[in-house]
Amino acid sequence: MSVIVFVEANKGLIKKNGIEGVVYGKRTASPVVAIVCGEASADQLVQLGEYGADKVLHVNQAVTAPSAVDIMSQAAEQENAKWIIFPFDNTGRAIAPRLSARLKAGLVSGALGVPEADGTIKKNVFSGKAIAAVTIQTDQKIIAFSPNSVGLQRIGGSATVETYSPVIKSSSINNIETRQLEGDIPLPEADLVVSAGRGMKGPENWGMVEALAKSLGAATACSRPVADAHWRPHHEHVGQTGVAIRPNLYIAIGISGAIQHLAGVNQSKVIVVVNNDPEAPFFKAADYGVVGDAFQILPRLIDAVKKFKSSQN
Amino acid sequence: MNILVCISKVPDTTSKIAFTDNNTRFDSSNVQYIVNPSDEWYALVRALELKEQLGTGKVSIITVGLAEDDAIIRKALAIGADDAIRINALPADSFFVASQIAEYAKTQDYKLVLTGKETIDYNNAEVGGMVAELLGWEFITPANKLDVESDKVRVESELGGEILVLEAPMPVVISAAKGMADQRIPNMRGIMAARTKPITVVEPFNVAPLVAIQKFEMPPAKAGVKLVDPENMEELVRLLHDEAKVI
Ligand SMILES: Cc1cc2nc3c(=O)[nH]c(=O)nc-3n(C[C@H](O)[C@H](O)[C@H](O)COP(=O)(O)OP(=O)(O)OC[C@H]3O[C@@H](n4cnc5c(N)ncnc54)[C@H](O)[C@@H]3O)c2cc1C
Ligand SMILES: Nc1ncnc2c1ncn2[C@@H]1O[C@H](COP(=O)(O)O)[C@@H](O)[C@H]1O
Repeated sequence: MSVIVFVEANKGLIKKNGIEGVVYGKRTASPVVAIVCGEASADQLVQLGEYGADKVLHVNQAVTAPSAVDIMSQAAEQENAKWIIFPFDNTGRAIAPRLSARLKAGLVSGALGVPEADGTIKKNVFSGKAIAAVTIQTDQKIIAFSPNSVGLQRIGGSATVETYSPVIKSSSINNIETRQLEGDIPLPEADLVVSAGRGMKGPENWGMVEALAKSLGAATACSRPVADAHWRPHHEHVGQTGVAIRPNLYIAIGISGAIQHLAGVNQSKVIVVVNNDPEAPFFKAADYGVVGDAFQILPRLIDAVKKFKSSQN
Repeated sequence: MNILVCISKVPDTTSKIAFTDNNTRFDSSNVQYIVNPSDEWYALVRALELKEQLGTGKVSIITVGLAEDDAIIRKALAIGADDAIRINALPADSFFVASQIAEYAKTQDYKLVLTGKETIDYNNAEVGGMVAELLGWEFITPANKLDVESDKVRVESELGGEILVLEAPMPVVISAAKGMADQRIPNMRGIMAARTKPITVVEPFNVAPLVAIQKFEMPPAKAGVKLVDPENMEELVRLLHDEAKVI
């Protein structure tokens, strides 16, 4: 009874979430078979062995979500998979539920860790305000894990790599155009995020926010009213009705910390809050707080980060 | 062109989350319920805009829930949906819900089924994909923009730092996310009209759920905030590096 892991590759690179999926799979059961969909270099495929894959099946072509459902259902049968693992990112969301309905295999989305000894799987509910322990009633089990829940860990094994050519039905969805989103680092996958709210007063002041993000190598985000006022693009809006993120570091500048905002960011590992109101609710959810005027603090923080970065080189 | 919008009842975003029966059940006392925000703000409003643009067809809403859910159904009707279907069952899990919706949709002629991206209570993001699979239709998630051109949809989907512009023939299931439309506040006329719009109650068919929630718990509490002198940002950087180890 094996574990198969959906691993996405794009333009020659294996996605970090996919590597984490292999680690997740290894901690769940063995053998672990990584199903890599998309172009990837031979080195990268072999490397998955170091993270716990016993075997890598490589589908060496661009893969769309509908065909990934076909690929994963055939791989599940061929490998006699008891566990099927996806990252709970937008790609996983497009594939895992379809596969669940096709195989009639129970799915837990947003798993926070590997299955517990009692067979339950913990997942976030109520936007991070609670955790549920869920059991899957079917023999075959599908898990979509929250990115960053197990992390990346090399265990130093090795994997065999095979080319895999399952039957793929053509999809009637056509990708007629692809545009790059503004910002260098995609928000949902960013490890570090610098976010700002209405406390920044207006879009003309975002230079500082971007400079801080740039100095850290972080993605930028914002609160909902900021996106609603078109100070920032919609895809930067985080929270209950925007993107939910769980980076290692979330820096919130001039954001009050309304419950709907917190719901999308409270899974971050470390939260830093900069706010001139010591009573701002966000401080209750923060690890580090700076009480003061963002317009004075930001230039100092940018300097300090730059100094730190150059001392690291 | 008829559109089906799937709506879910969720606790108001400010609700205090608590559990009863030895932490096995959500405590719904003193909880105000609302229509799940992405169902209402994005899916339903965009469906209404499309109907207004095209000048034909109707927008129906469907929910799997018990009679107490009629209150949120009326709210969605007040925003402008034409009629409603309630599958009379407690939503056991996503597969159960999706099976009921797909079974009903099969008997009708919807060109478009819209769901919200995910509910704010169980955060599954599962029902839409399952409905698509059960109907044998294509599925697009997340849809941040949606337009209809004759028998096709054109969708903008934000995926991993890129915006994909996708075209798909209808019928199709689409999961609606931010950017697709702006919230509409129901007016008095809408609220009055909603009172007499039809709600069709359909009995569920038998489907075994695939997963079950055993217990709830609260997330571990934060240790408390450590305040850093605003004059000394070197100290903050040092803490983030040495103590928190995140940079
Ligand atoms: C159903 C629902 C869903 C919602 N979903 C979301 C969501 O997904 N995401 C979201 O963000 N919001 C959401 N909201 C809105 C949310 O309730 C808040 O209104 C919003 O988060 C507030 O944004 P803000 O913190 O930027 O602005 P404000 O609440 O105006 O806060 C600005 C903060 O900046 C501080 N400040 C001002 N000047 C300075 C300065 N010079 N230096 C430092 N700090 C300063 C102030 O002290 C204040 O704390 C939702 C609301 C509802 C009802
Ligand atoms: N009980 C329900 N009845 C009707 N639609 C639902 C129900 N639950 C979820 N949905 C729809 O499916 C979407 C995704 O829900 P979920 O998979 O539970 O996160 C929601 O935004 C709704 O559009």
